[in-house]
Amino acid sequence: MEFVRAFIVGGLICVVGQILLQRTKLTPARIVVIFVAAGAILTGLGLYQPLVDFAGAGATVPLTGFGYTLAKGAMEEVQSSGILGVFTGPFKAAAGGVGAAILFGYLASVLFNPQSKK
Amino acid sequence: MDITMEQKKQYQKRVEQVCPQTNLLTGCLKAFVVGGLICVLGQMINTWIMNFGADRQLAATWTSISLIFLGSFLTGAGWYDNLGKFAGAGSIIPITGFANGIVSSAIEFKKEGFILGLGAKMFTIAGPVLVYGVLASAIVGLISYFVG
Repeated sequence: MEFVRAFIVGGLICVVGQILLQRTKLTPARIVVIFVAAGAILTGLGLYQPLVDFAGAGATVPLTGFGYTLAKGAMEEVQSSGILGVFTGPFKAAAGGVGAAILFGYLASVLFNPQSKK
Repeated sequence: MDITMEQKKQYQKRVEQVCPQTNLLTGCLKAFVVGGLICVLGQMINTWIMNFGADRQLAATWTSISLIFLGSFLTGAGWYDNLGKFAGAGSIIPITGFANGIVSSAIEFKKEGFILGLGAKMFTIAGPVLVYGVLASAIVGLISYFVG
């Protein structure tokens, strides 16, 4: 059942992106920025946590979930270490993902070459 | 010479014939299925890791790392871009798309060197995501500090 919920919620979040892609002049780069910021803001308003509880990876795998991780990190660190958490919280929470993105991103870019255009 | 309404209509028709607009419904359906399946894969990894006794946060981090690994290497192999042509936002919005943005821009500019080519250009798409993500979440953290 958790897989069905992840499929539907994750799919629907992508559909919102697809509608923006096809019906507005927003570039993909702008859309992903909007999604991350929206995820962070919705988390701040307390609206995204219920979605994560309901859909699991369906809510955390899309980029809104990256915003959720960042904002949740900021809020939790502010609780434990005060105003310092504003600076350290987002990075602490996202450290695994960002570290993986840089390491694997670098490795893959070094190992592979541009695909020849057919 | 004035262009008549009839000519305008004909031109519009011709444009629609030459470059067919992707149907919104088809586009959304593809994005839904592919995006949903990537999330199901994430859920499978997440469930699998939690079987080892990891807590939710740890499992979520491992899930992100695994998907970023997949996104990076599938992009390098040239498969992710084919998926992107099919799925549109279904491949851009999941975290695998974040990895795709890093690798595709890094590979493209590799010939400009490893520092200002690969090293700098890998953040062409990921950079703005990090900047605005951290900015938004710092503001959220700041507000939560004062609101409690």
